[in-house]
Amino acid sequence: MIEEKLVIGGVKLESRLFTGTGKFPSKEVIRETLEASNSQVVTMALRRVDFDNPEENVINYIPDNFTLLPNTSGARTAEEVVRIARIAKAAGCGNWIKIEAISDNKYLMPDNQETIKATEILAKEGFVVLPYISPDLMVAKRLEEVGAAAVMPLGAPIGSNRGLKTKELIKILIDEIELPIIVDAGIGKPSHAAEAMEMGADAVLVNTAIATANDPVKMAQAFDYAVQAGRIAYLAGPGAVKDYASASSPLTGFLKGE
Amino acid sequence: MSFYKEYKQVKDIDFNSFFDQVTKYDVEKVLAKDRLKREDFLVLLSPLANHYLEEMAQKAHQLTVQNFGKVICLYAPLYLANYCVNQCAYCGFNVKNGFKRDKLTLNQVAQEAKAIVNKGIKDLVVLTGESRKHSPVSYIKDSIKILTEYFSSIAIEVYPMETEEYRELVEAGVDGLTIYQETYDEAIYDQVHITGPKKNYRFRLDAPERGCQAGMRRVNIGPLLGLDDWRKEAFFAGLHADYLQNKYLDTEVSLSLPRLRPHIGSFQPNSIVDDPALVQIILAYRLFLPRLGISLSTRESDQLRDNLLPLGITKMSAESSTFVGGYAENRGVNQFDISDDRTVAEVKELLLARGYQPVFKDWQQI
Repeated sequence: MIEEKLVIGGVKLESRLFTGTGKFPSKEVIRETLEASNSQVVTMALRRVDFDNPEENVINYIPDNFTLLPNTSGARTAEEVVRIARIAKAAGCGNWIKIEAISDNKYLMPDNQETIKATEILAKEGFVVLPYISPDLMVAKRLEEVGAAAVMPLGAPIGSNRGLKTKELIKILIDEIELPIIVDAGIGKPSHAAEAMEMGADAVLVNTAIATANDPVKMAQAFDYAVQAGRIAYLAGPGAVKDYASASSPLTGFLKGE
Repeated sequence: MSFYKEYKQVKDIDFNSFFDQVTKYDVEKVLAKDRLKREDFLVLLSPLANHYLEEMAQKAHQLTVQNFGKVICLYAPLYLANYCVNQCAYCGFNVKNGFKRDKLTLNQVAQEAKAIVNKGIKDLVVLTGESRKHSPVSYIKDSIKILTEYFSSIAIEVYPMETEEYRELVEAGVDGLTIYQETYDEAIYDQVHITGPKKNYRFRLDAPERGCQAGMRRVNIGPLLGLDDWRKEAFFAGLHADYLQNKYLDTEVSLSLPRLRPHIGSFQPNSIVDDPALVQIILAYRLFLPRLGISLSTRESDQLRDNLLPLGITKMSAESSTFVGGYAENRGVNQFDISDDRTVAEVKELLLARGYQPVFKDWQQI
């Protein structure tokens, strides 16, 4: 069992848990939670980063060892995604960007077509692009072609905590796409995260389930363990799932002289 | 297509007979549902549902935290002018109220902006009285150009405009539109809007939709509670929000629930909206429209605002002045009296103590 480190944009990651900064009861709790999570990549909505006010600037609450993954929350089109990404880079947030192109405020479902357009532009500009998508094989292949650094399919609508409702579709991406697959959105419990990792996802991004827990710090630890356990289980190669028991008196035993 | 068409289909519902037929079983069935229909929403506004406020509150709280987190966005209003050509029976800016009118010069706009930004506020609602003559689109646009240097998000709450005018303001840096229908009942609407262009019910009713079409990112609507039976008004406003949310998926739709406040003049509310009623409306909205923003102003008392926090509120104003020029210097006549006069710093401390993160910046001028 040789564990290869996850590498994205040239950065080698020990932890396969990506975290977020939204929905927390305070910025102090964000800091404590991130420290406890063992995570190394954290996403934050650029729309909420208050660069002018150090006390309110969420970046000042993110531990130094984290790679910042600004996201384009609020962008409705590829054009708005690109503008927000450029602002993030110019403001010193690094060159990673999580694309959220969402023109549906009811379910917050990503617009895959706008996402492909934005990915192409930003990848050419040298961004490490992590697009958030509805799981779709053809879309993921296009993203691969236009230079995405990973693909982030949703497990269920953002914030829904419903778990891996799109499991079959994500499985296809895991099997067919060379890029890292990071399951983003919908993961409501550590067991969901473990399930995604057991299935072969390269990482998971969890925000709502941690931020809105009664004890976000403990929940972050729980997710850390679940992601590690799921990954180890995947590498260990779980036995095949059968619908029937293995009979102790096999019907074909006579062939082996039993 | 207009919300008016949908409104016409429901305006003559016999509300009393509907409410009379609502049973405990109906309310409990609605509370167990994941997705609510219009009829379910009306069940939650019934007198019987008032006995289920705690159950509704638990569910509303859970939905709010799930969709918006433990977060409250803070904003402040900026009154550019209080000239008004309308005669609205319930409003302090009524053309017949004889007080000296004010309008900020562009220099004063910058002064006010600095005073508000110094409190930490980044999200602004710009208001004028309704007078195209004194506050033309060009004046509002010039003010917006100054304000974009100070604020990350700017909404307007002014007279209803044409789509092209809204678009012009969006290009100048406005990202949100607030416009209240005041009352959905056409007869009462006509009665309380005695003279002035505001008498045009349809032009106002369709204004939020024109805002969506013009590219506003956020549209905030609401009834002025107290003008008609609050159950009906809350129902129509909820349907209006639902209509906009379904038709303009890329616009964030929110509702405000202003209650009539004392002001100069002598108008008395037609319907008393007490605290349990306000709570019932907020909870019914959250259960019917889980993604809906709900905004609360300083019209309400500090104590009530604190208690309403976990029930579904997503946005609050803080340290508001409803005077023209009220931030840089205190003066003039205000539109209505405010009840919560705590400072931004005090509101921030309170939110944190209650387990809510105050958010000052929720958009970025792009």
